[in-house]
Amino acid sequence: MSTASFERGYNAFKEQIDAPIAAYFSSCVRCGTCAEACLFFTETGDPKYTPIYKLEPLRKVWEQEYTLFGKLKSLLGLSKKLTDNELAEWQELIYGSCSMCGRCSMVCPVGNDLVYMIRKAREGMAAAGHAPPGIVAGTQRAITTGSATGVGLPTLQAQIRRTEREMGIKIPVDVQGTEYMALISAMEILNYPEYIGALSKIMARVGKTWTLSSEGFEATNAGVQIGVSEIAKELVMRIVNAAEKLQVKTVISPECGHAYNAIRWDGPNLVGRPFTFKVKHILELLDEWREQGLLKTEGFEQARMTFHDPCQLVRRGGVIKQPRNLLKMVATNFVEMEDHGKMNWCCAAGGGMGAQEEAEELRLKAFNRKKTQLDALKVDTLVTACANCRDYLEEGLEVYEIDMPVVGLTEMIADHLSE
Amino acid sequence: MMTSGDFLFWVRGPAFQIATAIFAFGISWHLLEILSLGRKPDRSVPRGSRMLGGLRTIFSRSIADKSIFQSSAFTIVASYIFHLGFFIVLFLLVPHIMLFQALLGFGWAGLPTTLIDVITIITLLALLALLIHRLKNPVRRFLSTFEDYLAWTVTFLALLTGYLAYHHSIQPYSLVLGLHILSVEILMVVFPFTKLMHTFTFIIARWYIGANAGHRGIQL
Amino acid sequence: MSKHQTIAERLHSQGFSRRDFLKFCGMTATIMGLPPAIIPQIAKALEKTPRQSVIWLSFQECTGCTESLTRAHTPTIEGLIFDHISLDYHLTLQAAAGKAAELTRQQAMQDNKGNYLLIVDGSIPVGNPGYSTIAGRSNKDMLMEVAEGAKAILAVGSCAAFGGIPHAYPNPTGAVPVEELITDKPIINLPGCPPIPVAIAGVIAQIVTFGTLPELDSLKRPLSFYGQNIHDRCYRRPFYDKGLFAESFDDEGAKKGWCLYKLGCKGPVTYNACATTKWNAGVSFPIESGHGCLGCSEPNFWDAGSFYKALSVPTGDFAQTAGYALAAGAAVGVASGILNKMKKRDAIGNHETVTIDDLERK
Repeated sequence: MSTASFERGYNAFKEQIDAPIAAYFSSCVRCGTCAEACLFFTETGDPKYTPIYKLEPLRKVWEQEYTLFGKLKSLLGLSKKLTDNELAEWQELIYGSCSMCGRCSMVCPVGNDLVYMIRKAREGMAAAGHAPPGIVAGTQRAITTGSATGVGLPTLQAQIRRTEREMGIKIPVDVQGTEYMALISAMEILNYPEYIGALSKIMARVGKTWTLSSEGFEATNAGVQIGVSEIAKELVMRIVNAAEKLQVKTVISPECGHAYNAIRWDGPNLVGRPFTFKVKHILELLDEWREQGLLKTEGFEQARMTFHDPCQLVRRGGVIKQPRNLLKMVATNFVEMEDHGKMNWCCAAGGGMGAQEEAEELRLKAFNRKKTQLDALKVDTLVTACANCRDYLEEGLEVYEIDMPVVGLTEMIADHLSE
Repeated sequence: MMTSGDFLFWVRGPAFQIATAIFAFGISWHLLEILSLGRKPDRSVPRGSRMLGGLRTIFSRSIADKSIFQSSAFTIVASYIFHLGFFIVLFLLVPHIMLFQALLGFGWAGLPTTLIDVITIITLLALLALLIHRLKNPVRRFLSTFEDYLAWTVTFLALLTGYLAYHHSIQPYSLVLGLHILSVEILMVVFPFTKLMHTFTFIIARWYIGANAGHRGIQL
Repeated sequence: MSKHQTIAERLHSQGFSRRDFLKFCGMTATIMGLPPAIIPQIAKALEKTPRQSVIWLSFQECTGCTESLTRAHTPTIEGLIFDHISLDYHLTLQAAAGKAAELTRQQAMQDNKGNYLLIVDGSIPVGNPGYSTIAGRSNKDMLMEVAEGAKAILAVGSCAAFGGIPHAYPNPTGAVPVEELITDKPIINLPGCPPIPVAIAGVIAQIVTFGTLPELDSLKRPLSFYGQNIHDRCYRRPFYDKGLFAESFDDEGAKKGWCLYKLGCKGPVTYNACATTKWNAGVSFPIESGHGCLGCSEPNFWDAGSFYKALSVPTGDFAQTAGYALAAGAAVGVASGILNKMKKRDAIGNHETVTIDDLERK
């Protein structure tokens, strides 16, 4: 029976190292600027949370395996080999204090893509058996039940039935040849099924054919979070197979930024070939329809509101202006946080942070950054476009005793659709 | 006995040859070692141009974002002064230009030596400030390795001896000029094996991150 | 020639007035950098001093140093000094020849044992002694013999001081400077190709007047003449500071008298008095005449790279070195790259599929 081992992990590190990794490690000047971009550092002041330091195991493997000079150094006993204990120690840094928000990648003066490196380092950690139990469990659930939260098809079907009942509309499932196939994130099935309703309402109003698939509905990808490419591939393949089976033209990613990246950017690379269909984020589509005049709204929200950019959506996904265009359709009193768009601050729960019990204390401490941003604005409502962000924003606000509703942007648009 | 003249002759002659050889050898070795690792092609449908993104980021990353400038102002400003000063001194002092002319076959106009002198002092102060910051700032102290202090030392010495040489602070002049050239040679020898390589690799690093962003249609 | 005449007596007998004598003392004070108050003392000393016996040996040399001294215009200090020391032996200048000449030398050495000054110009071949001989004796032999009874030795010119041109690569005669052979006598180096006449005269004047040897730098050069840097004293220095350089010997910059650094001037590394005392009775010096300093008063100036290469430029062909090194580095980089590729391929080959059952240690 196979099992995780240090050797497998070490081998995985070796597989992952490529020219960008080598260029990044060669360029680091230890200026520490990345620390200032990381909310786990800024909210704790602990230097061990400096992003580049979290990559020390990967750096060691690169230096000792892929540079002649490093080989010479270890031959002369000038550098220490990577150990299993070290990896165990680094679990807290590579998973337990990194939401993969990629803010550090934005500020590195030499251009090191630190989150790209973290993603690769997780491959080695997972193969070595040093992924945190919470994320391991989530990954296992994703494969066995179809969703990381363990809510599978039966729950989705129940939510669909309930929505159909409440709204008096038919939600298409497994319909062949529609233009769009929508995906849902686990968090939406569990906590925000309103999204399904909002989507149905919008699709009906703009007059597009769409469907859900009972075989590929979960958009989030636990394989990407934990760092196991073959699991990530398996999860992407469920969507690819479903979309190809139903012969849809475009797959709609739900709001979740991580999900969007996993299917839009990582997907074809995991599968090893381009898709036969397009992948679009729901906000991308809504903004296109707005531009085309298909999406029309009426009435405005009066509350003073701001928008929390999901990190993966802006920095890694490139969906920045669309949510603003959409917000302006329905909000009169919209204000930006000081650091917004591609420089926004994370909710502290991405990248598997939310799935780790042992990281909860740090995560909530780091939420102070969001609280500080919100305090400065004095807003009544927080809008976002990611079910995961939304869930943990709500939790954070509750812990910090702030009474503020967190609203999904798609639902807000759906609420204002003109008749 | 080796006179200061012999010393100067040695650093200008054989020592410079050795330093040049190690410098050029180390750089091309390391750059090819990095690039030859290669990378997988990105199979996702592009939303923008890798090329434009890469090229843009090589330049755009030189400007710090407002939010990070606020929290790292000291590092950014001091580093800026140091880098600009260093390049002005390196490329715009006439005796240095003569060196590049001998290497490249063409030269360019230099700045008045007295102006270079002032810039050197400012650059040295910036380097000193960066060292103090490295020793005092918890993050930088925590991250720093022997290599960081080595790189600092060889850079500082190259500038300092240049300053002393200009002012004839050590007699005879051939000795101080020799020391300056020697310190630069040490810098050249250390260069390919330390973080000083970022002088070249930052372009590759920025290219990669920028190309990825460009592919995704994100302007970094 | 009476050996017991003092300098003052000698001057007087030659028709020089007391006024001329004091003028000479004043000039002596000036070149030694002494205040005018010292002049009476100099006069007093000179009035009492018997003429100094000097033996001048010429080895591998070109007579340029002697030329430099004797061509000086009269009345000059050099002239006065050389008229009024007792130059007992000088191959070029003496009337005696053959055995008579050698006898004079022997006589002077005997009469002034331990008290005569030895002046040497030219380097000494230590390879084959036959390269340079005088009266059938090797230069080295003669130097050793004469040096033994000398009060001090003046190595005049770069050949005697540092080996000079004979010593230049590949040094076929095995030429060495005086100080390499003589280690037990005070040696004063007066390098230059040729040296400034006033430097020789000044040092002799000091020895004659005060009986003391001048203060020397690490290369045994008198600080009074070699203590200053040509570059620091150069009238073109302001152009260096402003970054104004002649790019060729006939461009606008050259015509405007801009700095000659780019044309290879060695002024910055040369210590000599050229920029202040100048040559030919103060007419000019090489830089003023439009040519960079060659650094002739520095050791090995002939071998220290091209006269026309700027000081900051390495002497060798480093562009070629860089080219080869880049190619060699590339080869190593590519080789390392191939090893890396193989290693990575092996790693990918060794990859065991990670399933959800492999995520924990069992």
